[in-house]
Amino acid sequence: MNGVASLSAAHRVAVFGGTHGNELSGIALVGLWLRDGAEIRRRGLEVRPFMANPRAVQERARYIDTDLNRAFTPENLSFQGEDLPYEVKRAQEINQIFGPMGSPDAYDVIFDLHNTTSNMGCTLILESSNDHFNLQMVHYIKHAVAPVTCSVLLNDHPRLHYSTTRSVAKHPIGLEVGPQPQGVLRSNIFESMRLILKHALDFIEHFNGGVEFLPCTVEVYRVVERVDYPRDSNGNISAMVHPDLQDCDWEPLNPGDPMFQMFDGRTVQYKGDCTVYPTFINEAAYYEKQQAFVMTKKETLNANGIKVTKS
Amino acid sequence: METVTMLPLTRVAVCGGTHGNELSGVYLVRELQKNDGGKAEEQGGAAETVSVLKVLSNPRAVQQCRRYMEKDLNRCFTNALLSTPAGKETLYEIVRAQELNALLGPKGSPEAVDLVCDLHNTTSNMGLCFISYSQCNWIGPHIFRHLQREISSMPMRYIHLGGPSSEAYSLESVGKCGFGMEVGPQPHGVVRADIFSAMWDGVRLMLDWIRRFNAGTTFEGGEVEVYTMVKKMDFPRDPETESITATIHPELQDRDFRLLCPGDPLFLSFTGETQRYEGEEPLYPLFVNEAAYYEKGIALWLARMTKMAFPPIRVKAGAE
Repeated sequence: MNGVASLSAAHRVAVFGGTHGNELSGIALVGLWLRDGAEIRRRGLEVRPFMANPRAVQERARYIDTDLNRAFTPENLSFQGEDLPYEVKRAQEINQIFGPMGSPDAYDVIFDLHNTTSNMGCTLILESSNDHFNLQMVHYIKHAVAPVTCSVLLNDHPRLHYSTTRSVAKHPIGLEVGPQPQGVLRSNIFESMRLILKHALDFIEHFNGGVEFLPCTVEVYRVVERVDYPRDSNGNISAMVHPDLQDCDWEPLNPGDPMFQMFDGRTVQYKGDCTVYPTFINEAAYYEKQQAFVMTKKETLNANGIKVTKS
Repeated sequence: METVTMLPLTRVAVCGGTHGNELSGVYLVRELQKNDGGKAEEQGGAAETVSVLKVLSNPRAVQQCRRYMEKDLNRCFTNALLSTPAGKETLYEIVRAQELNALLGPKGSPEAVDLVCDLHNTTSNMGLCFISYSQCNWIGPHIFRHLQREISSMPMRYIHLGGPSSEAYSLESVGKCGFGMEVGPQPHGVVRADIFSAMWDGVRLMLDWIRRFNAGTTFEGGEVEVYTMVKKMDFPRDPETESITATIHPELQDRDFRLLCPGDPLFLSFTGETQRYEGEEPLYPLFVNEAAYYEKGIALWLARMTKMAFPPIRVKAGAE
């Protein structure tokens, strides 16, 4: 479809920080805006800053019992019982406040602010290739920050897709900025995230105000597979990301290229039969999730034109 | 300077995982343990003169990939804490410190190992640093100089902790001699190949120096630039909530060991104000924006740099 789709205005917008309690940019931004929200105020929409996992933020840990950003499964959200893991309880609370997921009452947009130890720069994460509002938004943001690059990661993989905090909303967007160590607040990373969000809110304000966004194309990196570290019989990693791959997020990995370096110096090569684009290379939080990096393929998506439905 | 002679270094400990999420040392010690009898101890025919203990200092924290379980292990080696009677309520790391003291010490006694090398990582851009309380009979500067001549992949600095060594709280103070080997920048919970390589080279070259020393080599004297830690600075914080209201200024971030002069930017607040260094003395920043120090109220340390001469050394002739 290449016409202009008519979509409802996005009046209820939330900005989540602290989904992971040790990813400090979002925590600092949401903390700031909870005290003084002037910067995120826009005409025609309510923008609500929200600390998603306050106990984890308090402990400066990724999570208390279980990863909140994997907890929004239908089973968890509907589970009735006592002694639930903290994050499952929290997921149910968040679903009540900002959802229910899938219902007309759910928030229009949730931005979820994350950091990564990987050298991903500014990355926007989408969960669907058919959300034309989101596609237009990322297109707008990419243009607004140019020549600085903002990559778009699409994870709609049937097996590798996961139930994110932001998926409660009709239009979920992940903002991932790195590299930043867990538990560290870097000024440049903080300001980058702030800038992306500023443009995102500008977009929504323009859209709600009647601006028409013409059909366009968006280049995305679509997740195709995840790759674990070589491990020994005890489950410990037996190799590291190769120095030639380290920090090379979004760059092509060709068959035969170095992928891992064993502790004794030997190289393990990428043996796939086509070029892929790795990202989330050496993310600290993914060692326990059996992931050294994720492989993506470049794709160009078509975004329909959109215009707000006049009420 | 006159040549100093010393007894050979026959027992050396290489410790990793003192902080369970500083992964270079964890994997290095595991690799050394795997290679036991293998390449880490190759001698090329000669009898091995040094026995190397490979120690995973805080196994529970390593297992959970956390800095510590209940208390920072690397603050548990004061004489007071080492002699506290341990009961069921005693914090895990205090008990563990006493176990390590029995294994590698006792601290201050003739049974203590000759040298403790404790492996650490930092999120700060510090390259490879030796951190020590004392010159320990000049062994530290000599090993440092040996590494400096061979390692070109990253800058190296020698850091001296201020204060009397009688109040030393860290693991390396258990040995007769000791230093921390700190390599960064690396996020906690991550192992980077380049950082691991540098640390591996550091440990390999240290053992190489020790074997040559024990074999009778005379090492000429020299001079080393020493950074002595003088004072620490915290982040600006909200007086009510204590949460930080500014972070390290972009002009200071990643610029460890670059002289900070009065008036230079220190912090940039979330509302855009620059806070500048108001001290009178230009000092060298280090441990700038180390993740683990946020909870200790430290945004950076400041150090004075002096040049220290060290004498030639040689093993005592006729010693065992």
